[in-house]
Amino acid sequence: MKKIIAMLLAVLFVCGALAACGGTNNNANNGAATKDEKPATNFKAGFIFLHDENSTYDLNFINAAKAACENLGVECVLKTNIGETNDCKNTALDLVDQGCGFVFADSFGHEDFMIAAAQECPDVQFAHATGTKAHTENLPNFHNAFASIYEGRYLAGVAAGMKLNEMIEEGKITAEEAKIGYVGAYTYAEVKSGYTSFFLGARSICPTATMEVQFTGSWYDETAEKEAATTLINDKCVLISQHADSMGAPTACEDAGVPDVSYNGSTVESCPNTFIVSSRIDWTPYLEYAIKAAMNGEKFDTDWTGTLATGSVVLTDINDKAAAKGTQEKIDEVKAKLESGEIHVFDTSTFTVKGETLTTYQADVDTDAEFKGDTEVIADGYFHESEYRSAPYFDLDIDGITLLNTAF
Amino acid sequence: MTTTKDASSRGKLFHIVKRTDLPVWKSWLIRIAAIVFSLIVCAIIIVAVTGDNPIQVYATMVKGAVGSTRRFWVLLQEIAMLLCVSLAVTPAFKMRFWNIGAEGQVLIGGLGATAIMLKLGHTLPAPVVLILVIVTSILCGAIWGVIPAIFKAFWNTNETLFTLMMNYIAIQIVSYFTYIWSSNKGNNVINTINTDNHAGWFTLPQSVDKYGYLLNILLVAVLTVLLYFYLNRSKQGYEIAVVGESINTAKYAGINVKKVIIRTMLISGALCGVAGMLLVSGTDHTITPNTAGGRGFTAIMVSWLAKFNPLFMVLTSLLLVFMSRGAIEISTVFGLNTSFSDIITGIIIFFIIGSEFFINYSIKRTHAKEVEAK
Repeated sequence: MKKIIAMLLAVLFVCGALAACGGTNNNANNGAATKDEKPATNFKAGFIFLHDENSTYDLNFINAAKAACENLGVECVLKTNIGETNDCKNTALDLVDQGCGFVFADSFGHEDFMIAAAQECPDVQFAHATGTKAHTENLPNFHNAFASIYEGRYLAGVAAGMKLNEMIEEGKITAEEAKIGYVGAYTYAEVKSGYTSFFLGARSICPTATMEVQFTGSWYDETAEKEAATTLINDKCVLISQHADSMGAPTACEDAGVPDVSYNGSTVESCPNTFIVSSRIDWTPYLEYAIKAAMNGEKFDTDWTGTLATGSVVLTDINDKAAAKGTQEKIDEVKAKLESGEIHVFDTSTFTVKGETLTTYQADVDTDAEFKGDTEVIADGYFHESEYRSAPYFDLDIDGITLLNTAF
Repeated sequence: MTTTKDASSRGKLFHIVKRTDLPVWKSWLIRIAAIVFSLIVCAIIIVAVTGDNPIQVYATMVKGAVGSTRRFWVLLQEIAMLLCVSLAVTPAFKMRFWNIGAEGQVLIGGLGATAIMLKLGHTLPAPVVLILVIVTSILCGAIWGVIPAIFKAFWNTNETLFTLMMNYIAIQIVSYFTYIWSSNKGNNVINTINTDNHAGWFTLPQSVDKYGYLLNILLVAVLTVLLYFYLNRSKQGYEIAVVGESINTAKYAGINVKKVIIRTMLISGALCGVAGMLLVSGTDHTITPNTAGGRGFTAIMVSWLAKFNPLFMVLTSLLLVFMSRGAIEISTVFGLNTSFSDIITGIIIFFIIGSEFFINYSIKRTHAKEVEAK
């Protein structure tokens, strides 16, 4: 027994010694241990993510950050699991210490900490996705960006409408039973704008469609999202979509065999039988544009909105196993009309609020202490979303959508 | 076959004996050996799973924790925050009152600070706001801590479950208020409070203290020393120890056990309130349901590893914070998920806890004669 232990110990020491020998050779350059290819410039871009690649939301950003840096030949430093606390400011400044000339953060709650970091480092460009303050903050080195994702959601809604029509034609449901379920995070404008555009897209194809929304009170809570989806399915929703960042809703759909329109990226691998299509923001065009400008010392937009035209709003491949026939053709057709301006997502003739068609609406575009409208956003017969600020501000409750819980 | 007097050692090559007089230097030698062993085991796992060079991984870890002046300050700040919560749970633990509710007590303390900063930040002069912030957060923490203590003292409820459940209530309350006080309607984010006049900020101006953590660190250092003397040199500290050893003995000695339980949890909760204040008004200047960041639970380990000695807790919290700061850098440099660093941290802690066994017990070889005698 003692011999066995002694031998085990000896093996342990040998392993340790071996590891130590290997280590002495290139101990000096451990800072860039993962970088195999040499970057074309010595410019560094730093990225701060709220979660890691297990979150569909952050994964979408991580992929874009890697792609943008590779395309530009700059080194990228990725920081995952950075909370919406002072840790964000520390991390941003730490990235600057490491030589980053561009720092990007991906979560709404990071904004104030990024602003604080931007104030401390006027020579470094800071960019923040989904934020609302850059256009009023007057900081030359702080920028917001978002995309007109409501257009992508509308197109995803078209795919959902096609599926509903197919189910009606096949006699699986009646026209009145075409009820969509939607798992939302918060009652925030970004979510409202998202589910409303999705619903309008679906209803443009399937006129009898209705929708129920269940909120989870978290951007990322797998259990709550799965539960919310299950609640909706039990409530006879025949198709599910979501604006929350975990795999909770898609897996609940796969388990129940209910078709699902996902968000942030394709979930076809985990949900081969129910995944129809997903809309997402491709952040690569923005990051390339912003990093390039930062690298060359050029000015870039304080508040940037990506569109279908910039390649920022995209749909994933359609899963033919779950999608209705002709979905791709229909999406292409509607997309062309959106791009040409023939149709608008928030066309006021397509929806009513409390039974009335809107002709005027003051949206809360500027962030201030009061949640009051400050900008007229309805003109030429449609609601001008993401034009006065990149982050969405459509926060109307339109008829046809039932909110099951609004506690969040 | 005859019966031996030591039944446990029958037929076994080794038996376990309780150590009584292990010199201090020897116990530290065992602890250091445990850490060295844990690093070797981690090295094997690193090579086997990732193929990365373990020495580089460790070097990166050190660099991540203390690689720059800023990182050093952040390290001190994180130690101070964890230490503060650990100090808070310690009097309760010493009394054998399992306060698992520090997370909630910290949050409620922080919520008190948030409320004052938000609601009075622009109506009262800044120094008055700061005083109110401190008093309110201490009171809030103390109240949240004393509720389970009252139930324990008068109706002997289970304090472990009670304090644990209070965490979830606290998290929900904070969620509720982050919704009510959201800076953009409905998105549950309270922007940095009082950026204009810094009312209620427990932070020195940046010209004096570049990184903004000096006050937090100094305050926790003072609290550490105070708590050490309170627990080891005061009458109340002695009463806590007696109640912890045996409630019956305490009663026999004329100690009012109910009073000690309630008083101790008031102190425990109040210190958690201080931690909440330091996090909200000294660090983040806002609150989220995640502000306590799990420190309420990590603190349990810090306190236990240090055997409830506030001065040792400086070391144990240093160890845990050092590894978690280093872990973040590992995940960045080597492109590994932070879960991998959690695995490494877990192995190291496992060895450290395991080493306590070898400090308290020794393994003796059963003599050949004894075996033969059977």
